[in-house]
Amino acid sequence: MLKFPIYLDHNATTPCDPRVVEAMIPYFTNNFGNAASRNHPFGWQAEEAVDNAREKVATLIGADPKEIIFTSGATEADNLAIKGVFEMYASKGNHIITCNIEHKAVLDTCKHIEKEGGEVTYLKVKDNGLIDLAELEAAIKPTTILIALMYANNEIGTIMPMKEISAIARKKGILVFSDATQAVGKVPVDVNKDGIDLMAFTAHKMYGPKGVGALYVRRKNPRVKVTAQIDGGGHERGMRSGTLNVPGIVGFGKACEICREEMEAETARVSKLRDKLENALLRIEESYLNGDKEHRLPHVTNISFKYVEGEGLMMGFNKEIAVSSGSACTSASLEPSYVLKALGLGDDLAHSSLRFGLGRFTTEDQIDYTIEQVTTTVNKLREMSPLWEMYKEGIDMNNIEWAHH
Amino acid sequence: MNRIYFDNAATTALDKEVLDAMLPYMTTNFGNPSSIYSYGRESRLAIETARKTVARLLNAHPGEIFFTSGGTESNNTAILSAIRDLGCKHIITSAIEHHAVLHTVEHYGCGEEVTSHFVKLLPDGHVNLADLEFQLSSHKERCLVTLMHANNEIGNILDIDAVGTLCKKHNAIFHSDCVQTVGHYPLDLRKTPVHFISAAGHKFHGPKGIGILYVNDNIKVKPFIFGGGQERNMRAGTENLYGIVGFAKALELAMKNYEKDSKYIQSLKTYMIEKLKNNIKGVQFNGDQEGKCLYTVLSVAFPKTERSEMILFNLDINHICVSGGSACSSGADQDSHVIRAINNNPNLVTVRFSFSKYNTRQEVEAVVAKLQELI
Repeated sequence: MLKFPIYLDHNATTPCDPRVVEAMIPYFTNNFGNAASRNHPFGWQAEEAVDNAREKVATLIGADPKEIIFTSGATEADNLAIKGVFEMYASKGNHIITCNIEHKAVLDTCKHIEKEGGEVTYLKVKDNGLIDLAELEAAIKPTTILIALMYANNEIGTIMPMKEISAIARKKGILVFSDATQAVGKVPVDVNKDGIDLMAFTAHKMYGPKGVGALYVRRKNPRVKVTAQIDGGGHERGMRSGTLNVPGIVGFGKACEICREEMEAETARVSKLRDKLENALLRIEESYLNGDKEHRLPHVTNISFKYVEGEGLMMGFNKEIAVSSGSACTSASLEPSYVLKALGLGDDLAHSSLRFGLGRFTTEDQIDYTIEQVTTTVNKLREMSPLWEMYKEGIDMNNIEWAHH
Repeated sequence: MNRIYFDNAATTALDKEVLDAMLPYMTTNFGNPSSIYSYGRESRLAIETARKTVARLLNAHPGEIFFTSGGTESNNTAILSAIRDLGCKHIITSAIEHHAVLHTVEHYGCGEEVTSHFVKLLPDGHVNLADLEFQLSSHKERCLVTLMHANNEIGNILDIDAVGTLCKKHNAIFHSDCVQTVGHYPLDLRKTPVHFISAAGHKFHGPKGIGILYVNDNIKVKPFIFGGGQERNMRAGTENLYGIVGFAKALELAMKNYEKDSKYIQSLKTYMIEKLKNNIKGVQFNGDQEGKCLYTVLSVAFPKTERSEMILFNLDINHICVSGGSACSSGADQDSHVIRAINNNPNLVTVRFSFSKYNTRQEVEAVVAKLQELI
């Protein structure tokens, strides 16, 4: 028996795994100490729990525990990385390279950097959502201090060639920062193999709690430093002050541990379901996959259904199926997705897209139901659409002059 | 043996009722509040309901309450905003502020563009209001006054209305770190002349990782963390949903039981003062312990001896949890910047006892008995 609504928006957020909640609970009421309390066991227990979690988080990404700075989430980590490098390396230069499909947390921070006297190059992605490495190399200037490129995109799931990107950066002695919020826990991420110097990620995208994330900051080859953005008691080795969110951090650690242990099996399971969903939906006439099919996350597919309004489509079944037409952070706006527009999609296709994000608790029954619902709704909406009728009659929509009223 | 936790100014145990309120928002109602389907809308509703609850309890507008990751972030945001967005060129603060304020002031207020200065303190640790007025009137450019409502180490309570009135008179911006008072005292922000206050959930039996910044409606500030339209464009980042729900619940419980709890905790503190005076020779108290002081904090100065120097260590061995100063700087036990600023007496050893509704008279008796033995 299916339970509604079916949640297929795991790129927006994920439920806490019950094992994560179980790990957290003792740190709320019993072992509730302040991890900075040095004089008694409540403090030590909290500190030990944080150390333990730090190790699990570090292990998942192939880092040393000392390279993990806990933050309130990925957005804060993005801010800390970009502003922190910009301030710390001011004497080396002021130029940052990023791309036009980054998450708002990176783009808005870069806009802020421009106001502070920084220079930012926004690389355009190709129509598959990946950057052109030659363009990246050409964008590098003597003043470039940072290349900030996301590991995997939150709307289309494409994975950037981080190894190649970091090889180019290394050659020129430029730091690489990656917002890996969507990738960590889903695909193998290794900061050393990938050559990443700073990396932001968060617990709530991998079945951990909201309100806790991390910034990885490389300590060796090269030793990277960032200027703290939140000052105070000098927690997190001075890079991020504030009483540590002990239960949140414990939950983050547990979530990382589970992801690491189950990644291989889970990837196989979820990608099979994703492929089933995708293949079925692409069988609908005039439906298109957005983003590269090879280099991408195993649990997400983003599909445009031409001649159908994405919002209308969602309205058709959103009591039963929770999906999104793009990023949650911009989903209240009616603007078409800037990510899809960056791939070269026109407003019509960008407006008709849906993102399906599968997860740990997604079942085959749910996918079967979704296929049926989406297909029916697309067909129903098209029956009512004059555009669809014109298309069927063979009228080339691009040559129509629309009368203005 | 059961441990006695007398370090509630560092952090408090989460109330079971708060945990119960939070749990559904971790596993069942987990949606991203920005999502537009039912999971998202339910989360949004929970956050806005929490905001209204917090606003009602502090007598503020819901639009004046912004959720942050905690007191430290709130303090940083307020100070940066005052400088960047409100044109403050001079910061007046005190030497006994929390490091979240002191280090932020150091960060922004020691350049050429922005300067900072400490207000003078009276011998009992209270702010010298005459000096504050003198400093305010001697700066032509706009000032930021950042003074904590209650000190976390000695418990002194600031006359927030008097300071706010002075600030108003001199067109200064006033920020108050209320981390030790929100959830412990009824605040009426509509009647308090303050522009910013900071608070943290974990100081009043709420969760860690969540705090608020109150920003008075009359001022407009820009965000501190960029990258999403959350908190009405003021604080980017996916909201800490369960934390926000927990914050509101904890504040609700704290205010509902304020009369009863504050009276009870004050009685523990009074009892401990009395017991200490009667049983420990030469005991003194830091700050204004029997005057305008938190009912939750008791800062005691013991005469320094070979034995008393080891007091923190020995209390711990005996399962009594206290601290020398604040948790955030408790690595350096005897070297609290607060104690140094008010009472630089090398012949005294300071211990902070801080209480909550979960402590008992028996615990006070046990602690004093142990102290007698140890000193």
